[in-house]
Amino acid sequence: MADDYVIEMLHITKEFPGIKANDDITLQLRRGEIHALLGENGAGKSTLMSVLFGLYQAEQGEIKKNGQTVKINDPNDANRLGIGMVHQHFKLVECFTVLDNIILGVEDTKNGFLQYDEARKKVMALSEKYGLKVDPDALVSDISVGMQQRVEILKMLYRDNEILIFDEPTAVLTPQEIDELMEIMRGFKKEGKSILFITHKLSEIMAVADRCTVLRKGCYEGTVDVASTTKEELSKLMVGRDVEFTVKKRAVQTGETILSVRDMVVGSRVHENNAVRGVSFDVKGGEIVCIAGIEGNGQTELVYGITGLEPVKEGSITLRGMDITHASVRQRNISGMSHIPEDRHKHGLILDYTLEQNLVLQRYFEQQFQEHGVINSGEVRKYANSLINSFDVRSGQGPVTVTRSMSGGNQQKAIIAREIDRQPQLLVAVQPTRGLDVGAIEYIHKRLVEERDAGRAVLLVSLELEEVMSLSDRILVMYEGELVGQFDNTVSTEELGLYMAGAKRMEVKA
Amino acid sequence: MKKDNQMLVGIISSVISIAVGLIFGFILLLILNPAKAGLGMSTMLSTAFSNMDQFGKMLYQAAPLMMCGLSVGFAFKTGLFNIGASGQYTIGAFFALVGAIGLKLPWWACLILSCVGGAIWGIFPGLFKALFNVNEVITSIMFNWIGMFLVNLLLANMPFMLSAYYGVGTTDRTAALSDANPSAIIPRGGLDRIFGNSSWINISIFIAVAVAIIMWFVLFKTIFGYELMACGFNKEASRYAGINANRNIVLSMIIAGALSGLGGGIYYLAGTIQYVLEKSILGMGFDGIPVALLANSHPVGTIFSALFISYIKVGGSAMQPNFSSETINIIISVIIYLAAFALLTKLIIAKFLQSAGAKNEKKEVKA
Repeated sequence: MADDYVIEMLHITKEFPGIKANDDITLQLRRGEIHALLGENGAGKSTLMSVLFGLYQAEQGEIKKNGQTVKINDPNDANRLGIGMVHQHFKLVECFTVLDNIILGVEDTKNGFLQYDEARKKVMALSEKYGLKVDPDALVSDISVGMQQRVEILKMLYRDNEILIFDEPTAVLTPQEIDELMEIMRGFKKEGKSILFITHKLSEIMAVADRCTVLRKGCYEGTVDVASTTKEELSKLMVGRDVEFTVKKRAVQTGETILSVRDMVVGSRVHENNAVRGVSFDVKGGEIVCIAGIEGNGQTELVYGITGLEPVKEGSITLRGMDITHASVRQRNISGMSHIPEDRHKHGLILDYTLEQNLVLQRYFEQQFQEHGVINSGEVRKYANSLINSFDVRSGQGPVTVTRSMSGGNQQKAIIAREIDRQPQLLVAVQPTRGLDVGAIEYIHKRLVEERDAGRAVLLVSLELEEVMSLSDRILVMYEGELVGQFDNTVSTEELGLYMAGAKRMEVKA
Repeated sequence: MKKDNQMLVGIISSVISIAVGLIFGFILLLILNPAKAGLGMSTMLSTAFSNMDQFGKMLYQAAPLMMCGLSVGFAFKTGLFNIGASGQYTIGAFFALVGAIGLKLPWWACLILSCVGGAIWGIFPGLFKALFNVNEVITSIMFNWIGMFLVNLLLANMPFMLSAYYGVGTTDRTAALSDANPSAIIPRGGLDRIFGNSSWINISIFIAVAVAIIMWFVLFKTIFGYELMACGFNKEASRYAGINANRNIVLSMIIAGALSGLGGGIYYLAGTIQYVLEKSILGMGFDGIPVALLANSHPVGTIFSALFISYIKVGGSAMQPNFSSETINIIISVIIYLAAFALLTKLIIAKFLQSAGAKNEKKEVKA
């Protein structure tokens, strides 16, 4: 029984220009188990799964199903073998209904007309059986992210897939939705389905997986039984060294006020009401001030207002005694403001530019990098190389790598290198660790604390309570565009939660 | 893959695509007129090289094509689709001719005027886009028509511009430069002697190539180009970086307009062609779009794509007696259309090389 493998991927090697994404990797999936695939960003998890799903062809190695060698040339082959996948970014047609999306590609037709009745019955039966609540007639564009994921899962079930791949399924879910998903996965296991679960969240592996295969930098690190291992051991396998889960900080030593915001009002792009409604606070040198809150309570607009991406309607912003309320982004940058943006693809990087071009994104015009308007490419290269070395930014071709081809963690590292190296007076960091693995998170936290210890003002916006608690010296809670609570970092998460949910509030004055 | 290798693959794929286009064009000729197909094809391919006069004509036509291609490509790099190259070209030609015939200016001053004219016509779509976020495609299409009819209207009311004023009895075209102001004709620089007294050739091809190289330098080597392409790739991120995106949109359209305008200037200041009051938009600006696409908007690539399209066009016009002009246009379009598949061919070749490379590696492992 122990060796009843439903899928075996043996000695898989897959190369991309300049990088070996998978180097001799073996993964064996038993029938009816939940098998976690763990690794840092860029470790090769997604590549390996894409090979199994037929999106990439491996240069070497073989894939066996029930002991028979199989060839998977495209997702249709994978589907025929009973392999289904929920991608990290869902592959749904937004303007189709849930039912349309589920049957897309395997529609029953009669004389060229779609036959919905049978399909609807089957979908509803599956939905009932596994507790996957969906509204079959709702448009995908109208339903929540959690329900979209259930649609993706139903798509696999509708095709009678036996092997289910989940690519980082919890990244987009709320804590309650994560619990539900875990329950659903356990249900599949009971049914005898086999699950491959890609993640870098250790607690989820400990909660639901039977075994775990660990990859590091494209190489196979081992497969362990989850029951007989610990979080620490897993993270050591994944990162290659011991990981500290708590950030070491010395006591806060605040200096003079760097940023002060008074009665700031910022409009919203989505609705008529103002997103930020009269917010006042100060950030001093040498402290990390954290804005906590549930997503969509005006944190994004607050940051846009401070960094100049969105005009401020009322109130004032002062940076080191200088009024910057209506200053341009460029003026704010030059005056000593750095910004690690929430969305690294939308704001942080020009993905079609090379790494070195991105590393001088706010500095290309400085004397050092130009001569009479002509870029001094030698200096740019030298500067990029020094940043790449000191911040350990990994990429296929070094400074000339197109940033689009880099892993998310290294893209984020590049942004952080750029923003910190400008030696800002104020560092605004929004969700700086979103979607990153423990190794990268640890690194980024350490860097932020170093900035604070160097006497800089750090304004951190985060949705992760754990991050808020471990990093901040002062916590401000934002609810519906207003600051409703101010705490030091000894407050309990339960108390913080009440303020975040709007159940309690206090007067906050700068 | 190394960079040189990529360049090589790029060139090979362009050549293959062009070859496929020619084969398809030939098949079409076989279907349309089997008896003359062979002759037609060889006329198309050999005319430009058959004598120095035709070769000169190819270079002469390539210059304005190159300018329009540079104009469209430059705007592309900034994230704008300048479909208004035709209008800018027309206004540029008008400014140059007013300078030449009306103001009796020397040729270089007329060329500067043509840049100014094109730039003015480029400003409007740029401003509308930057200030009111009006799609530049719509504005520039409208400005193509406005430009053409405005030029017709103005010329009709400027009798001193027309050839009738110089005793040649037509009022539907501008005066020949040889009558009105010979100093406005772009100098031949001795090229006419090399090109067997070709009436077409002048130094405009060198002007166009020089401009292409300058554009390459501006885009890839200056901080101005860095800003422009940043806006083109990701407007939000360039805003985040403190780049004034709106200013760059306007500047980019001004430059694109000036490039097209210069194209109009060099075409009509050659002295061989007079501006005819048109009822439809001049095609040269639209031909700039395939020129830019074929070159993947790269300024240096534009030199070669403009030469190629000019070569096919010169060959095409020599097919006239045996084939109708419509047929010739179809053949030319097919060839250009398939040549634009160069990017696809490139991917196929890269894939082929990759799998071949992997096989070689395997062999080495076995050995």
